[in-house]
Amino acid sequence: MPEAIRSALAIAGKDLRLEFRTRTALLSAFVFAVLTLLVFNFSRDQSLISTTDLAPSALWITVAFGAVVAMNRAFIIEREQGAFDALLLAPVPRGAIYWGKFLANLAFVGLVEALTLPLFVLFFNVPLGRALPGLLATLVLATIGFVAVGTILSAMVVRTRFAELMLPVLILPFMVPPLIGAVQVTARLLGGRPLTEVLGWLRLLVTYDVVFVTLCTLAFTAVVDE
Amino acid sequence: MTPLPAAAPIIRYGRLLTVLGLLGMAVVYLLALRYTPVEARQGMAQKIFYVHAPAAWGALIAFVLVGVASILYLWLHDPRLDLFAEASAEVGLAFSAVMLTTGPIWGKPIWGTWWTWDARLTLTLFLFLLFLGYLTLRAAVREPVERARFSAVLGIMALVLVPFIHLSVYLFRTLHPQPILLKPSRPSLPPQMLRTLLTSMGVYTLLYLGFVTLRYGIGLRRAARLREVDDA
Repeated sequence: MPEAIRSALAIAGKDLRLEFRTRTALLSAFVFAVLTLLVFNFSRDQSLISTTDLAPSALWITVAFGAVVAMNRAFIIEREQGAFDALLLAPVPRGAIYWGKFLANLAFVGLVEALTLPLFVLFFNVPLGRALPGLLATLVLATIGFVAVGTILSAMVVRTRFAELMLPVLILPFMVPPLIGAVQVTARLLGGRPLTEVLGWLRLLVTYDVVFVTLCTLAFTAVVDE
Repeated sequence: MTPLPAAAPIIRYGRLLTVLGLLGMAVVYLLALRYTPVEARQGMAQKIFYVHAPAAWGALIAFVLVGVASILYLWLHDPRLDLFAEASAEVGLAFSAVMLTTGPIWGKPIWGTWWTWDARLTLTLFLFLLFLGYLTLRAAVREPVERARFSAVLGIMALVLVPFIHLSVYLFRTLHPQPILLKPSRPSLPPQMLRTLLTSMGVYTLLYLGFVTLRYGIGLRRAARLREVDDA
């Protein structure tokens, strides 16, 4: 289905172009992530809890919150002047619209993460070293999972009252399995443990991604079709 | 528009089942306090098990049926399935609230703490929050068909989420007593305890049916009134 892929890429490209022209959402999501990291640093007694103990949870809560803030925007930008109805009228399969939004969200959240990670290393004085490839893989796997879920949920909540409040309430339970996995993997990798020790968790992350990307692609039709 | 069945007989039927279920509850209490032996190490605190485990069972049935009704709704687009899912979610919320309150009451004397961040507890709390999220979403969408579609999608997604929750339980270290009924070897309970537990599970299933039928009937009545208002 190269036609559908082209449509998906076109939609994703449109969203990202729109974003880079203003950069408001990207900037505020990034600043929000930085602030979350800062708050974490002051939320503990430094003589009792070492930075290495706090680091995995600080990273993942920052990533999770940043992602929730960032994902709301995907469909909110379509609300103005009935833009989404126009998108639905386009001769494009529903799955391609979902994938377009999914890829744009993925790029957006990924960018926020890429900007946050160096600051995390700096603030928490984390010895990344050999843990970096494993950590990056975990970031990618966990992000794919909750962005897949977040994209379809944000398509629904944008049609409700209190959209901005609804998304966190709905998505956080879905973030729990990837987050538990990601925190476990991160803690072990930063502790210098080998990658083989966390294979079970990585397998869980991969399964979650495959299952939810498939399910959300199929279910998206039911969300948008009148 | 699909015609809806009359609400009144369903409400009556639901009331009957609920009353039978509540009578069954009285029997369960009697059995638990009079018939079953006192557990050697946990003492009287163990009695709460006859409420806690069946409530968890009821919550699980409710949850699975919300998911099944959601799948069927997206396939058949029958508004009755949506009303059933709504009823089942509300009853599931109530049952998981029972599970989440009886658990700590038992946990305090036995574990020495009301709450522990044990995997199963945490994830049960998320089950409760999923029900809550589902009902919040329903409350936030006004248009009935759109509400039905959105909540069906969420119901299916939540159903798929549960195996992942279960998997994380096994990967995460857990304090919770291991399953004693559904395990490969024979159930490790004295016969009186087993009989009482099974009775209680039967009663909770009956209560589930009663509550859901009643709530479904009320949902039907409300939907019918809304249609009347729209027609007028």
